[in-house]
Formats: sequence, structure tokens, C-alpha cells
Amino acid sequence: MNTIKRILGVVWIGLGLAAGYYLLISQALPQFQSDKSEDLVPAIIYTFILMPIITGGLCVFGWYALQGEYDS
Amino acid sequence: MQETPAVVTAPDKKTLWKVIGASSLGTLIEWYDFYIFGSLAIVISTKFFPPDNPTAAFLSTLATFAAGFVVRPFGALFFGRLGDIIGRKYTFMVTLLVMGLATCAIGLVPGYETIGFAAPIIVLVLRLLQGLALGGEYGGAATYVAEYSEPHKRGLRTSWIQTTATFGLFISLGVIMLTKSSMSAEAFDAWGWRVPFLISSVMVVVSYFIRKNMDESPLFKKAKSEGKTSSNPLQESFGKKYNFKFVLLALFGATMGQGVIWYTGQFYALSFLQSVCRVDFDQTNYIIGAALLAGTGFFVFFGWLSDKIGRKAVMLTGMLLAILTYRPIYDRIYQLADVSNKQELLDQRITSDPLIHTTETGESIKVTTISKVYHDGSTYKEEVRSVKPIDAADYSAPTVKGTVHVGNSTFASLVLLVFIQVLYVTMVYGPIAAFLVEMFPVRIRYTSMSLPYHIGNGIFGGLLPAVATYLVAKAQMANEVLGTGEASMPHDKPYLQGLWYPIIIAGVSFVIGLLYIKNKNRNVQ
Repeated sequence: MNTIKRILGVVWIGLGLAAGYYLLISQALPQFQSDKSEDLVPAIIYTFILMPIITGGLCVFGWYALQGEYDS
Repeated sequence: MQETPAVVTAPDKKTLWKVIGASSLGTLIEWYDFYIFGSLAIVISTKFFPPDNPTAAFLSTLATFAAGFVVRPFGALFFGRLGDIIGRKYTFMVTLLVMGLATCAIGLVPGYETIGFAAPIIVLVLRLLQGLALGGEYGGAATYVAEYSEPHKRGLRTSWIQTTATFGLFISLGVIMLTKSSMSAEAFDAWGWRVPFLISSVMVVVSYFIRKNMDESPLFKKAKSEGKTSSNPLQESFGKKYNFKFVLLALFGATMGQGVIWYTGQFYALSFLQSVCRVDFDQTNYIIGAALLAGTGFFVFFGWLSDKIGRKAVMLTGMLLAILTYRPIYDRIYQLADVSNKQELLDQRITSDPLIHTTETGESIKVTTISKVYHDGSTYKEEVRSVKPIDAADYSAPTVKGTVHVGNSTFASLVLLVFIQVLYVTMVYGPIAAFLVEMFPVRIRYTSMSLPYHIGNGIFGGLLPAVATYLVAKAQMANEVLGTGEASMPHDKPYLQGLWYPIIIAGVSFVIGLLYIKNKNRNVQ
């Protein structure tokens, strides 16, 4: 079980990076370029709130898992 | 870091119920305060955020998004730190007062027409204060009750706190509907919408005096007397790997999945019925209200069950059931409300004569109403509207707006389907307070548990309605681009696309929870 937990650490890191790419490139960037002022709020939230939490959080979590911090 | 079992005298039952009652009442009022802003958002936007003004529209979006989910984790950090340094009791009395004052003040702010741009700015600041207070309240109440409870009944005792979010929504809807029904629509629009905000002040004063007479939590008091409280809970919670890894585990293995399931069952179900199924506005509120009322007792049941078989087992079962059944449940809801599946009583169809009126700008608007009655008692009202601009020769292509009022049997089936989702909510949400409390030691408990809770619920859950609605609209647009004549559409059932968000988030949370969370937590004392 500990081996599975550690191997899956790579998956969580990958998932965090993929989510970051999606949030920044697919969501935030087009909204930053939009003319509508109400698009600015979601773009700021994606970039400065969501991306750090999801990407940063999942990558650190994955790294900890990979290091065996969650081994039983 | 592992705590030694605290030698604390167990409180008598009367004290325990006082603690649960005082904590739950305050938290209930905070949820009520938070929800009335959302429930009255349409009225509030007309009073404070005029749609034709882009700056006001920007402030409106900021008020909705920022206070709804972004500010809550900051409130968790700010008040969590205070709670771990000066105590749970004083901190959650401050959050109660901040929330009460902000809510009451929203009810007193003059409109945009009276004081101009100061109005939306003041409302935005007050809404941010509401978000901050809510961020601090929950962790305090949950920690306070848990630290009074017997360790083997912590799930049961804290589950009362868990009922407050649902009751808060229920009461806010009830107060708004009662206020509306006690006056004319014009009076409600002019000043009546302020009543639910002002009522909050009475409730907050009552709750404040009840809480004021309570003692500090025994575990915190003991830690403080022994000099074991933290001087820098933020640094200790998030700056030390030993605790931070559990903050991440609580977020990704529990609160993230719990948050999306909670928001799907309570909020997305409502918006799906109204926007996608086009069920009558009042009727959807009754459907959700009935399901919530029937399901609320299960928060306590699953809290109790988590004391017997473990928090992890109950929460992950709720998550798994939700992941597996959301699509069939929502498909059934859609099919039940879809009038094309019903047999129309053709002799009862009424088509009104076109009603034409001219606006102040010279536009002609033609409205035709068609009322249809169906075999199961459902009715469908369709409004066909076309506009002829002043310099145009003919009317534009008509826009059709339909509303379904479902019959009794369909109503009952819809209540049942929403009730099943509320059951999932009670499974994942009922034990979560006890689960989080037991994950962290007394000295940093308030700070450490509040942040993952508010990120999971405020951010992952709070985003759900916007993301799910976006996914449905995107799928419908993709189908429309191809046209109805195509043999195969990109999305077979576009109305179900919004569910991928909760299913994927809950799926990731389920796997992480299953693999990494232990059924028995570290800090049972």
C-alpha cells in the first residue's frame, strides 16, 4: 500500500500541473484579454487564488506522498 | 506533537446541551445572514448595482465572487489564529457580532439613487465582512462543541453544528417568502427586502447574550493554564511539514469532495430545476425546502454513525454514492420536468391574442401567451415575445420563454430525487466537523481545521454553480452549432455536462481519502 501511495504522488503532481495549465491558459488568459470588465474578476480569481491552491496544493501533496510522508 | 490525553472533567448533560444550543444557534444565524444576501441578490442588484453602469456591474461581480468564496479562507486564517491564541469563546462571539452588524447595516444602506457610488462600495465592504465572519465562525463553533464532547460521541455532538447551514438556508428562504407574502410586490421592492436583513439584528443580540454566559472550552482552558497554547498558530499550522501535510490531506482527501457534494445537493439542484428544467421559481423553492427539511435529521444520524463505524467510512460512502448516481438522478429530474414526455390535454390549451404595447423609446413589443395542461396535472406556460424597433418594417424573430408547473406526482418524485442528494450531503457533511477537529491538536486546532474547511467548501464548492452552468451552456452551444438535423451530436445529454465538475472533484477526493486517510485520527482527545 505504501508503494501505491508513493507512486500516486507523481499522479497528484501531474494533476496539479494540468489543472494549473487549464486554469491559466484556457480560462484566465482569454478573460484577461476580454473587453468586459466583469470578466476581470474571474480571471484574477483563477490566477491568484485558484491556481496557487490547486496547483501548489496538489504538487506539494504529491511531493509529500512521493517522499513517504503519508506512509502507514 | 502527539497530545497526551487531557484530564478534563466531563461536563454534565445540561451544560453540554447548552454548549451545543448556543454554538448552533449562533452558527445558524450566521448562515442565515450569509444566505439572505444570495437569496435577495436580484433585488439587491437593482438597488445598489445598476446594470447599465459597468463599474457597478464590476463591483457586483466582486461582491458575489469575492465574499462568496475568496474571503472565507482569509476569515478562517484571521479568526482561527485569534481562536488559538485568545480562546474559542471570545473569537466566535466576535465573528457573530461582525456578521450581525454587517448584515443589519446592509439593510440600512441607502440605495444607488440616493448616495450614488458610495452605495455599492459600502455594500461590497459589508459583504466582505460577512465572508470574513463566516470564515471564522464555523471552525470556532465546531472546535468549541468538540472540545466539550466526550471523545466517543464527538461525531454526534458536532453534527448539530452541521445542521445549521441547511437550517440557515431554509430559514432565510422562509423569512423572505413570509415577508413577501405579507406585503404588496411594490412595497417589498421599495423597502420590504430590507426586513430580512434587519431581523438578523434581533437574532444576533439574543445569540450574543446566550454565548456570553458560556465558559471557555475545557481543553483550551487546560492547555492555556499549562502554557501549551501556540504563540504563532499560523506558522505552526502551515509552516511545519508535520502539520501542513495533514492540512493538505484534510483538503484534498475530505473537504474538497464534501464541498462539491454539498453544493450540488443544496444549490446546483435548485439552479438546475430553475434554469435547465425551467420549473416554476416558487415551486423549485418548495421542492428544495421539502427535501432539506426531510433530510436534515440525517446530519445527526450520520454524525452518530461516524462515532460507531468511523468518519472515513461514512464520508467516503457518501462520496462514492454521489459519484455513481448523480448522472442518473439528474437525468431523471430532467425527464420528469420535460413536458415533451407528457401527454397534453389538447382541449385545454389556451392561446391568448397577441398583446402589443409600445415602449417609451418607440419599440413595439408583441407578446403571445400559450397555456398547456398535461395528463399528470402539470401545466406549461409559454411566452412568445417579438420586438419591432422604431425604424424596422417587421418584428424580430420571436424569443420563447417557458415555465413548467409540475403536477403533484411529479412534484413528489422531484422532492424524492433531491432528498437522495441531501442524504449524500448529510453523509459527507455530518461527520466532517469531528473529522477535522480530530486531525489537529488543541494548540492549533481552530486555525488548522478552518482553512481546509473553507477552501473545500468556499472555493471548490462555491465555484460549482458557475462552473456547472458554464459546462451546460458550452455543451448546448456545441450542439446548436451542428444543428438539430445532425445524426450524432457532440453531447448526447448536454444538460448533464455540468455534473462532470462535482464528479471529477469528488472522484479525486475519494481516491485520496481512501488511500491516505486513516479511519482513526491522531487527536481523539
